[in-house]
Parts: sequence; C-alpha cells; structure tokens
Amino acid sequence: MNNTQPSEQVESINQEQSSAEIGQLSYRQLIWRRFRKNRMGIIAGALLLLFYIVAIGADFFAPYHYNEINMRLRHVPPQVLHFSTSDGFYVYGLKSVRNPESLELEFTKDLTQRHPVKFFFKDAAGRRHLFSSAGPMFLLGTDRMGRDLLSRMIYGGRVSMTLGLVGVFLSIVLGSILGTISGYWGGWVDNLIQRIIEILSAFPDIPLWMALGAALPPGWSSIQIYFGITIILSIIRWGGLARQVRGKVLSYRESDFVMAARAAGAGHWHIITKHLLPGCYSHIIVIATLAIPGMILGETALSFLGLGIRPPMTSWGVLLEEAQRVTVLLHYPWLIFPAVPVLVVVIAFNFLGDALRDAADPYSD
Amino acid sequence: MAISIISFIIIQLPQGDYLDREIQRLEEEFGDSSSLAQVEDLRERYGLNEPLWKRYLIWISGFVLGNFGESFEYKREVHELIWDRIAFTLIISTGSLIFTYLVAIPLGIYSATHQYKWSDHFLTFLSFVGMSLPAFLVALSLMVFAFDIFGVPLFGLFSAYYEGAPWTWGKLTDLFKHLWIPVIVVGINGTASLMRIMRGNLLDVLGQPFVQTARAKGLKEVIVVGKHAVRIAINPLISILGMSLPGILSGSAIVSIVLGLPTVGPILLRSLLNEDIYLAGTLIMMLSLLLVLGNMLADIALAWVDPRIRYE
Repeated sequence: MNNTQPSEQVESINQEQSSAEIGQLSYRQLIWRRFRKNRMGIIAGALLLLFYIVAIGADFFAPYHYNEINMRLRHVPPQVLHFSTSDGFYVYGLKSVRNPESLELEFTKDLTQRHPVKFFFKDAAGRRHLFSSAGPMFLLGTDRMGRDLLSRMIYGGRVSMTLGLVGVFLSIVLGSILGTISGYWGGWVDNLIQRIIEILSAFPDIPLWMALGAALPPGWSSIQIYFGITIILSIIRWGGLARQVRGKVLSYRESDFVMAARAAGAGHWHIITKHLLPGCYSHIIVIATLAIPGMILGETALSFLGLGIRPPMTSWGVLLEEAQRVTVLLHYPWLIFPAVPVLVVVIAFNFLGDALRDAADPYSD
Repeated sequence: MAISIISFIIIQLPQGDYLDREIQRLEEEFGDSSSLAQVEDLRERYGLNEPLWKRYLIWISGFVLGNFGESFEYKREVHELIWDRIAFTLIISTGSLIFTYLVAIPLGIYSATHQYKWSDHFLTFLSFVGMSLPAFLVALSLMVFAFDIFGVPLFGLFSAYYEGAPWTWGKLTDLFKHLWIPVIVVGINGTASLMRIMRGNLLDVLGQPFVQTARAKGLKEVIVVGKHAVRIAINPLISILGMSLPGILSGSAIVSIVLGLPTVGPILLRSLLNEDIYLAGTLIMMLSLLLVLGNMLADIALAWVDPRIRYE
C-alpha cells in the first residue's frame, strides 16, 4: 500500500505549469476540477443519481405497486412497447392458452386489443404514476404471482441501494471513530483495536454473514430485518476504513500544524475535529464509495440465499432468489433481469470511486 | 516470527469460538422444529441445558480432540460429514488462487507496460466489470448458458456415472472436467482486483531511479521489466495473498450453493437454516482456521521471498 499524501507534495506544485491558477483555488475546487476531467466518473455519478431518484420516488416511477398480485397473469413474458401516431405508446393485450403438454398457461399477444400507455396515470387508489396503463402492461414480464417485474425492480432498488448507503454510513461512523482513537492515542488502545480488526478480517465474510443472517429472529418485521441486515453488513466492513483513518491520523499527529495547535492549548476534541478529521474526509469519501458496492452485493447474496431481506419487502436479491433454479430460468428467462441493475449500480460505484480516488489527490500528477 | 504466528493463532481462536457460540446461542433461543418432547430429549442428550460457558468448554475441548459433536439433522458425527467437503473446498479454493495469480500477474504486467494504450484501457474496463460481477450470478448464467448449448446441467463435481463411485482414475479425470468451471467463477473477482494492484505496483516501480539506471545501462526492456521491476512489484501481491483468502472462501461457498458442489457452502447453508448448531459451528470454525492457516502461509512466503522482512 502506498498512499502519497497531498500535504507532502504542496511544495512541488509550484513547479507545475498552472501553479498560479492552482494557488487561487481551494482544495475542494481542485478536486472538482480534477473529477470533471474523468468522463467515466461523471457518467457513473449521473447514472447513480438517476437510479437513486427513481428508487426513492418508486411510488411515482413504478407503474404498479410491488405487491399487486394478479394470479391469472402469472409468468407473463415481457411485452413489447409499440408506437403509433394515433395511439401513442401502447402494448397489445394478452391472450392465454393452456399448453397441452405442461398444462401451464402461456401468454401470447392479442392483436385485437391495444392498451395505450398513459403518462402521469392516476390509478384506482388515486396515486399518480409516471407511466402506467389501464390494461395489463408488463414491460419486463411478471413473476410467479403475476406481479410486475419492472415495478418490483424499482421498489427493490429502493431497499438494495439505500441499504448500501446506510450500511456504509454506519461503518464510516464506526470506522472513523475507532480509527481516530486508535491513531491519536496509540498505545494499548491502538493495539486492542488493531487486533479486533485483524480478527474480523480473518473471517470469510459470506459464511459469517450467512450465520448472522440466519440468526435474525423470524418474528421480526421487514423494517427490523432491514436494519438487522444493515448492521450485520457494516459490522464486518468497518475495519478497512478504520485502518486507513488511523494511518492518516498517525501521519498528521506529529505534523507542524497539530503541534502548533497543541502548543496553543487546544484540547483533544478540538485537534481531532478541526485538524485531523478534515484531512481524512477525502479519503473517507473514497473508501465509502468503494465500499458501497460490496454492501449491495452482500445484501443481494444474502437475500439470494434466503437469509437476507424477507418478503413482503423486496430487494434485488429477493427477486433473484426466484431465479435461483435453472429449470425456472429456462422457462422464464426474464426473471434474471434484476441482475442488470445490480451490475450497473455496482460497476458505476466502482468507476465513481476510482474517479474520486484520483481526484482526492489533486496535487499529484 | 514464530511468536507472531503463535500469538496470531491465540488471538484468532477464542474469538472465532465465541462468535460461533454466540450465533448458536441465538439460534437455540428460537428452538427447532421437532416436537417438544423430542426437543427436551435432544437438549438432555446434547447437554443444551447446561449454562453457556460450560457447553462452550465441553464443545471446545472436544473440538481440540477432533470430536466436533453430533449433527442434529443427519444424526451422525459432524466429523464424518465434513472432511470430504473441506477437502473439496480446499481443492477449489487453491485452484482459484492459482488461476487468479496465473492470469492476473501477466495481465497486470501487460497493462502497466502498455499504460494508456487502448489495450490498457480495455483491460482496465474488463477488470472493473470483473470486480463488479457477483460470483453467484456468473455461476447462474453459466449454468443456463451451458444448459442451452450442451443440453447438460452443469451441476455438481461429478457426472452421474461417477457419483458415489469409489475413487478411480476415471473418476479423477471426471472431477477435473467439472472443476475448472467453479475454479474460474470463484477466481474472477480476485483476478480483476489483483490485476489492478499489479498494474499500480509495477507503474510505481517503473518510475523509480533504479529502473532508469537499468535502462540507461542499455538493458533490454524485457530484462528491465522482468528482472528488475516485476521482482519488486510482486512483493505486495504475496502479502495480499492472505487478504484475498476470505474473498475466495466466501466466493467458493456461494458458488458451491448455486452449482450444487459438495463443498462446505451448501451444507453450511442447510445447517444454518435448520439450526444444526454443532455442524454450523464446526464449519465456520473450520473456515476461519483455514484462513488463519492461509494467512500464516502467506506470511511465511513473504518472508521467504523478501528477506528484508523480519518478524520480531
């Protein structure tokens, strides 16, 4: 691991071409300038913002409620969206035929029926949706209970994506507090915390998550399970962050500005919050960004195994659980769709984190 | 060095047990599904009525002696159930580890020596995707894919013919025919991140004065990179070996569940779902022990490769 520290390189920037300009910009502006240059980072950031907006506004963006069950429309394949100048966007109606061999209902297009897709549609309960239709409209098909997969994916995103954020927030809080304590005071406290981190990192995380996930009481409500899973995920992941913060704090602890503050009679609290932690912010943000995908994947894996989020709450992992069996997937291949947002979000977070990491060190070349 | 290893083990061991016991204690509170009288019977038999610390002591002293208790579900001794599975877990994990290093190091070197060329960009993008792919999804899609093309399910480690058959040469070749898929699937994540690290390390080293000296001496680029730079850049990768183990063990657990492989993963899931505490406890304990062992080996390897490192 080699992290070159920005502060050590302040002197060398004078030799850079744009030194005059850089001298006038704040650290934050420098980071922004650097970040803007990274096209992948910008795209990833914008994409994530879009995903989060859609997920948080799921009630509006999803065409249906995620638990709207249509027992007569089970495993409907994705419908194709058509466009004509007279009707606007529309989907054809559904005709069900019973397969003589498998005795399963199979759906085909009913060309005589057209269900127009209406924007800002008002459903029976008076709620507005960005788009929906009076007739059945399942752009990504339905699951085994006839629930619209697209809507379930949007609602599932709300759980999966916020879980990543909340989990990372928890591990940031835990990690920076313990990391600061460890680095600032040193001695046996430092030793103890470092040993705890070592022990935590010595466990294979998925088996440990599985064990903890299985230990969540079955009687808990969805919300309790949600927070339970979040805590399980973050409890194992704070160690890395604490290490990095500790390293930072250690390197700043003996620096001139901290010495000066101490000589001027500043208290521990003042030194930590005003002098040490600000130097770690950029680092913390980068680590946090790179930690979110791990959390999302952790939740997905746990729910996929049936040890994570439990129905009726839905998440991407819960949706993928239905696609666990090959036979199911072969018959209803659209059930794998929830994997797409998982991949997109995780890849986007990785790119964003990478761009931030480059930008967080604006003095380096 | 020996002391560091011993203290390492001492630190790791009790914590592992405690956590296992904690999990088990929680599980016990919710009871199991069998009828009440049976439960009482079982409780008596397994000594579950004893206080926590006593049970813990009994269990751990048994564990050290190789007696891991009895599985509730299978009604058999735990140690009869697990050794095969641990062996397969080891085979798959070691296989993935070798695959990871064999693929990642050359790619990382290539990427670093072709920095900012399109091939480097392409590899970088690929590694990002590789890092993001959850292993269980890869396994799942591979299974569907294979079923579509070959019409055979990619399930398990053996063909139906050899399942349960005694060990013969034919069975061994059959095993290797099936083994490469989980090995690659488990290795993908590690390969991608290791490649990034190798690339970064090598780039750092290539910028150093001694590399310039070597170039100034008129050495061929192959020798500069291969003999001077890579040797230095590869060191951190060996210390990462220990850190990449948890990922590989985790990956193999979940991939095994999806692909139905006879490793620790599926039986762990089952035992957790059925609250089969001794089995689950032993399995988690074993996995952690494997990790500690792996870390130790990585430390030894590092000290062997880089004589500058000494443990006191």
